[in-house]
Amino acid sequence: MSNALFLLGCPESPVQTAIALYLANGLKRGSIDVTVAGTKAAIALLKVSDPEGNYVRKTVDLDSCIENLAEKKVDFDLCFVFVRNDAGISYLSTLSSISDAKLFAIVFGSDADALASMIDFECEKIVYKTGHNPVPLKKRIDQVMAWDA
Amino acid sequence: MGCIEQMKYEVLLKNTSFKECREYVENNFKEVYQVKPGYKMFDVYLIGVPPISIGVDGDDVIFPYTKPCYGTFLLRIRAEEEIESLRKGEVL
Repeated sequence: MSNALFLLGCPESPVQTAIALYLANGLKRGSIDVTVAGTKAAIALLKVSDPEGNYVRKTVDLDSCIENLAEKKVDFDLCFVFVRNDAGISYLSTLSSISDAKLFAIVFGSDADALASMIDFECEKIVYKTGHNPVPLKKRIDQVMAWDA
Repeated sequence: MGCIEQMKYEVLLKNTSFKECREYVENNFKEVYQVKPGYKMFDVYLIGVPPISIGVDGDDVIFPYTKPCYGTFLLRIRAEEEIESLRKGEVL
């Protein structure tokens, strides 16, 4: 079994939680073990939405996650960074520096195109300018991920 | 939670971008060091787009501190040990 990290950003946009759960479900079906890192609020949104841990079982505090990656105590095969503001780009760049994971940037929100243009390192970009409706972003994810039937 | 928020600090820029922080440091301080994301300072690991510019002014370091919901802050904190590490070249 391989593993994946989701690094959530500010949970202000409702798209983030919906996409995180959708993606976690798809990866789980592919026997990929998912860990989610985020702020207290971002993690709380996930846990309230998935109270029995059907999609996400492992969560970790964002600062602890960065520390463990930087100290090389842990790493992942895949890493999905949720980007909807400048801070998201900073976290994405940091993951690119401190992790060997295959990196995916899920870029959304009103500034999605401008943010995506700032990504100039190796990374799979999944981009859609949406803040409320997750469906267009879900379709982009489906185009990139080879889900098991 | 990093200890930085419990320290005495001055906010030079707030709710800004990593790019603005880098430009501010490079334009306003003579002694500047560049480090990679994940560089440890105090007990936190710096977040940002490489290279991250850290300024030194007297006994203070000037560096970006990123929060997911609030963007990047440029902070000034007294930090003699961290300055010594930067000057010893424990950077990029």
